[in-house]
Amino acid sequence: MTQNFPSLSLVPKAREAQSAKDFKTDQEVRWCPGCGDYAVLAAVQSFMPELGLARENIVFVSGIGCSSRFPYYMDTFGMHSIHGRAPAIATGLAASRQDLSVWVVTGDGDALSIGGNHLIHALRRNVNLKILLFNNRIYGLTKGQYSPTSELGKITKSTPLGSLDSPFNPVSLALGAEASFVARSIDSDRKHLTAVLRAAAAHRGTALVEIYQNCNIFNDNAFEPLKDPATRDEVTIRLEHGQPITWGAGAEHGVVRSPDSSLKVVETADVPASDLVVHDAHAMDPSHAFDLSRLAETSLARTPIGVFRDVDRPVYDDLMREQIDRATGTQGGPAGEDELTGLLAGSDTWTVR
Amino acid sequence: MATKGVRQLDRVIIRFAGDSGDGMQLTGDRFTTETASFGNDLSTLPDFPAEIRAPAGTLPGVSAFQLHFADHDIMTPGDRPDVLVAMNPAALKANLDDLERGADIIVNTDEFTKRNLTKVGYPSNPLDDGSLEAYNVHPIALTSMTVEALKDFDISKKEAERAKNMFALGLLSWLYNRPTEGTLAFLRTKFARSPQIMEANVTAFETGWSFGETTEDFSVSYEVKPAQLAPGRYRNISGNLALSYGLVAAAQRSGLPLFLGSYPITPASDILHELSKHKRFGVRTFQAEDEIAAVGAALGAAYGGSLAVTSTSGPGLALKAETIGLGVSLELPLIVVNVQRAGPSTGMPTKTEQADLLQAMFGRNGEAPVPIVAPRSPADCFDTALEAARIATTFRVPVILLSDGYLANGSEPWRIPEVADLPDLHVQFATETNAEVDGRATFLPYVRDSATLARPWALPGTAGLEHRIGGIEKADRTGNISYDPANHDFMVRTRQAKVDAVAATIGPTEVEDPSGRARVLVLGWGSTYGPIGAACRRVRAAGKDVAQAHLRHLNPFPADLGEVLRRYDKVLVPEMNLGYGFGGQLSMLLRAKYLVDAVGYNQVRGMPFKADELAAVITTVTEDLP
Ligand code: SF4
Repeated sequence: MTQNFPSLSLVPKAREAQSAKDFKTDQEVRWCPGCGDYAVLAAVQSFMPELGLARENIVFVSGIGCSSRFPYYMDTFGMHSIHGRAPAIATGLAASRQDLSVWVVTGDGDALSIGGNHLIHALRRNVNLKILLFNNRIYGLTKGQYSPTSELGKITKSTPLGSLDSPFNPVSLALGAEASFVARSIDSDRKHLTAVLRAAAAHRGTALVEIYQNCNIFNDNAFEPLKDPATRDEVTIRLEHGQPITWGAGAEHGVVRSPDSSLKVVETADVPASDLVVHDAHAMDPSHAFDLSRLAETSLARTPIGVFRDVDRPVYDDLMREQIDRATGTQGGPAGEDELTGLLAGSDTWTVR
Repeated sequence: MATKGVRQLDRVIIRFAGDSGDGMQLTGDRFTTETASFGNDLSTLPDFPAEIRAPAGTLPGVSAFQLHFADHDIMTPGDRPDVLVAMNPAALKANLDDLERGADIIVNTDEFTKRNLTKVGYPSNPLDDGSLEAYNVHPIALTSMTVEALKDFDISKKEAERAKNMFALGLLSWLYNRPTEGTLAFLRTKFARSPQIMEANVTAFETGWSFGETTEDFSVSYEVKPAQLAPGRYRNISGNLALSYGLVAAAQRSGLPLFLGSYPITPASDILHELSKHKRFGVRTFQAEDEIAAVGAALGAAYGGSLAVTSTSGPGLALKAETIGLGVSLELPLIVVNVQRAGPSTGMPTKTEQADLLQAMFGRNGEAPVPIVAPRSPADCFDTALEAARIATTFRVPVILLSDGYLANGSEPWRIPEVADLPDLHVQFATETNAEVDGRATFLPYVRDSATLARPWALPGTAGLEHRIGGIEKADRTGNISYDPANHDFMVRTRQAKVDAVAATIGPTEVEDPSGRARVLVLGWGSTYGPIGAACRRVRAAGKDVAQAHLRHLNPFPADLGEVLRRYDKVLVPEMNLGYGFGGQLSMLLRAKYLVDAVGYNQVRGMPFKADELAAVITTVTEDLP
């Protein structure tokens, strides 16, 4: 069941076959019963064996928040760090260790509020990181304040009369930050989530996976329209590379390009099939992916999920390694003691006898 | 024409001063290199504005470089220049107060125009109004003579004028009989890509030299014999360079790859610049998006087994505080270099101060103790970097290294060490399970070494050692999340005990008390070593007894420090900080720890202490003893 992931060719392989159980720790999982985090944890644990990597070469780094407890439950190497800083810490680790598969687990507050700067710069640099952003549109661990993805007017403990700030669309934000891989999935849709994780793992560079996650304590049913069998087909746009973008039980909705080049939602019956926009996740120009990201309504009346963008561009840690390899490789390996002696002496010396 | 006489001097202090655009730092730097290669002992003090180009000709735009060189060993860049080179009225005005009467002043008369004089508030021209009578003024039309010498070159007037600093350098090089090959070779390399400019600068330099030989204005030239330093091979080195080399050496001596996470900040950026050149040594430099990411990335690299460093200045240290606390909790090795500058807030970025000791000591939430070390001179930055690496890797703890702006940019001769003589810093990573739980061999990340109390450094990629760590309080041994009261109490005490344990690995306090009769001890830390040492020499030369000790380790203190302090009737602690009303930052720590009446002498002027001022203070203290 292990697959071949060229993106992970520098990471040592597992010596024997693995199962989800191998990735479970002895620690009691302490999320609230019913929390969407459980489903994501289970999906990740079941997916990991597919990578076929030595467990000790996998590292999960998290920040602060409910989801950031994640590393404690993965029997790999793991670090539960501080609020917002996981992408920075993981960058240092990934940039100095080519033999590791580094995953970041973060939330909407952790990644988009206190750690926003690190997130956008990790995406810009395209470091070899897989970032799982659990978006529950609320602050859970601090007991229910609105978050940077909460809808405008959200009534919470800190906003009794409604929140005043407009939310981020994390996918649009990531694309604006030049992300080379951006996807969205849903905690409860194991199959879709696994497919997205697989695509993220296969990507070399930073992959941002936004996962809609239900916080049943402070923001229950926030994503219900996408989950309720009665509504989900009507509101969920499942993006598939190379396929026309359509949704609805009978694929009755689609999008076409308007003359002003913006996307326009249409009824598929009203337009020739050839006019329907076909999804191209590998388009170098990010405007296609960005346009798709804007189809999302905060109200969830319409939400694209799947891989928005998956393109190859220079990877920070690969470039860093190349610079060092070039410097050390051309002159017979890295500098030794003699060269250090030469460095310390420099070019202007004098001798006192 | 008769050759001029040569007069012997034992030491000289020269200050080059001009507009930020006049190339004074370069001129000073070249003169220093000439002087170093001649074999004098020397000490330098660059002093420049934070603005890249402050308005031309104004007082805030003055950039200066002071050099003290001698035929014997010296400790400071000198208090008062014997020679001032003033390229414009602003440079004269800004520096005149520092001169002793009788000092030589070389001025560029071309810049003494009505407009320039008015700009800095001179009501009349000081060159003609008699106000400089107490000095030995040499009025020289530096700019026009340079332009005249370069009139046959195919360069613009502006470019010709710009070479005036080389004219001045040539003149000074003649005046002090400096070797010139180095400078000529330097100019040829620096301007290799524009031969006209190169030739122009060389010509300006040579014209300046010949002018010295022929002008009536200088009747003699001077010579300062090479100094008798300890035998060995020497070079001149600045603090930031020595620190960078110390880190590269520490990486090689530990067998660990060096990783620097940094965000540009004055006066620490040169460490980032320097280390980014050393890919041959496997050095990875990461210019982060901010100070927090810089230390975060370094901590991530430390987790992965690098010798991890982050470099910054005071405001950056404030931003890094939370991550350093995480490092304390994770118990990972990390070197945090703080090149201190005058604060608070942005303060004076290019001016020196040592006011971050308490920030280094206490500037984190909860109890997060870290070892602190400080270099005493530019060259000592090398050894201190190695020492920081030793403590960090041995004890698995973030170490703060407190340099400062004066050390960073100042320079002195350095006896180049033999690499084989540098300390062996090899570390042992965890490779195997270290406990048995329920009959199963297991790895517990918080089982400790009994001597150092260090926990294992278990790198990702080591089979069988998979474990999770974090900033939440951990149970002893297992590292699992724990909110148990007794465990927290134990862990806080253990983290402190681990830092305290460093004291057992450092030498006793070295006290210099030549007569053995001193009743006053002058104790310092960091860059005040030079001025304090020079002041003590003066006091002793005047027949008084005084002892000097200087701390490299600020946390923990050497084990014998309390006993040493109690041996003296008076302990004087000069510091470039005020100490928040507690009489000085180090004084406060000494008083709190040893109940010793340490007396502070505190200045926060953004400049190093002057040795003569300190000597006066020490003299008063010795005379006031009952
Ligand atoms: S507060 Fe919400 S997000 Fe946090 S564990 Fe509970 S249900 Fe999950």
